Amino acid sequence: MQPLVELNHVAFGYGSEPVLEDICLHLHPGQFAALVGPSGAGKTSLLKLILGVLQPARGEICVHGKSLNGRPAPRVGYVPQLESVDWNFPVTVEQVVLMGRVRRSGVWPWPGVEDRRRVREVLERLEIGGLAGRHIRDLSGGQQQRVFLARALIAEPDLLVLDEPTTGVDMRTAENVLHMLAHLNQQGMTILITTHDLNAAAGHLPWVVCLNRRVIAQGPPDEIFTTETLNETYRGDMLVIRQDGMLFVQQKPHGHTYHDLVPNPVAGEAMPQTPESNNGRLSSTVSV
Amino acid sequence: MDVFLQPFQFEFFRNGTLAAVLVGGLCGLIGVYIVLRGMSYIGHGLSHAIFGGAVVAFVMTWNFYLGAGLWGFLAAVLINQTVRRTRISADAAIGVITTASFAIGVALISRYRRFTRSFDAALFGNILGVTGQDVLVVAAVTLMVGAIIFFLYKQLLFTTFDAEVAQVYGVKTEWIDTLFSLVLAAALIASMQILGVTLIAAALVIPAITARLLTDSFNRMIVLSTLIGAVTGLIGMYLSYYVDVSSGATIVLLQATAFGLVLMITSLQKRAARRLIHTHL
Repeated sequence: MQPLVELNHVAFGYGSEPVLEDICLHLHPGQFAALVGPSGAGKTSLLKLILGVLQPARGEICVHGKSLNGRPAPRVGYVPQLESVDWNFPVTVEQVVLMGRVRRSGVWPWPGVEDRRRVREVLERLEIGGLAGRHIRDLSGGQQQRVFLARALIAEPDLLVLDEPTTGVDMRTAENVLHMLAHLNQQGMTILITTHDLNAAAGHLPWVVCLNRRVIAQGPPDEIFTTETLNETYRGDMLVIRQDGMLFVQQKPHGHTYHDLVPNPVAGEAMPQTPESNNGRLSSTVSV
Repeated sequence: MDVFLQPFQFEFFRNGTLAAVLVGGLCGLIGVYIVLRGMSYIGHGLSHAIFGGAVVAFVMTWNFYLGAGLWGFLAAVLINQTVRRTRISADAAIGVITTASFAIGVALISRYRRFTRSFDAALFGNILGVTGQDVLVVAAVTLMVGAIIFFLYKQLLFTTFDAEVAQVYGVKTEWIDTLFSLVLAAALIASMQILGVTLIAAALVIPAITARLLTDSFNRMIVLSTLIGAVTGLIGMYLSYYVDVSSGATIVLLQATAFGLVLMITSLQKRAARRLIHTHL
């Protein structure tokens, strides 16, 4: 089978500083894969090489069997880190999603009937149909993630690339995002993400690439999440626990507690909860 | 009614008002992109760079618009490329390139003291000296800039919001950036004779930030900013006629007052909205 994305002996660096060395990687149509590795391992650089935003110093990157050669990758939807978004920019949800159709809609500045229909459709599909007119700042973390996913999906991509979709949102939202991606993958979408959350990767992704300047290992998480590979990837003492068919990864406990580090901690004060202080504030629900 | 129409019997006032409305709207329109990209300083810097170009054009007896335009465009491209290819930040690159260019103008003026032409107008603006031909140039530039922004609206919006992601989605951001530099240089040259090097930056920034306070929608911000620029141009001209103060300064002071009022009103509204939420709790 022809890989959707193919990296052959790719190297990349900023100035004389090497970031990635000899990367060989194939991504097949329908794959759902995560890049994991410590900060500075080159995860985001690797994504940007695949997107065609950065150019490799050596090696070749092919998408759909064609070498990129400095052009942006065709038919790719990209969801950047939420942190990189300018949340004060005056745009509504609909205006952001419409950006995804920049190549397909006509020359007029306003969206056509077809554009509007597609925006409604993709927002309904991601269950944020009622938010089209909202400013992007007035959304929860999960809703923000969905808006940028909607912008990627409306471009009708063959490949979805997401940079740290589980960072900057709470645990429940991160879980929801991964379930949503798994659902999209089941509908045929090829997906590549980066993540810091090894446990989330172990629980949700069928394919994981361990990266630290070079590819340390890749495969299904229950095969490659071993103490040896993770130690080599993270250059630290990692602990892998298997229980009830699940996989847990943790940095090895250092044989100390906070008592050893902070011998005389200043205690906080646990306030008694009065009915008044609970009035309306603590009972608010978290929307995703 | 006659009182309001009275100044229009003078040709210089008719020309000046038309130019002020066009330049006000033009700067308001472009200002939206400048402010949202955090490039407020570039309007200030480039107008100074263009001053250098204008003096060079005069000394070499080139056509003013071509010489100054080319100079401004090259300065803008040089700033863009310096930021893209080196670790020098945008504000530093603007500071070096535009001030050096301004200095070339100053040096040439001090070296060749036989200038017959006054550069006061270029520095401080001279709306009342606007000729019919100047109005035509301003109208042509406004039409060109308007057309470019109209047809590249979506690409410009995406590039302004997030240039790197826009590139992934197939927008030729480098080309868009270069074209925008050209548009900006053209707009600055058209505005220079009217508002002057020293006042252009305000006309670029104030309508846009005032509009930003009034709306969270990009489309509305574009319309509002253009309108604020054009309307303050018109009212500023009137005021300057009656209070006998320099037109460029009157327009900018009027814009600053409008900004102050809008800021005050929106802050009060926000405070009122907060109080409303508190009473509901």
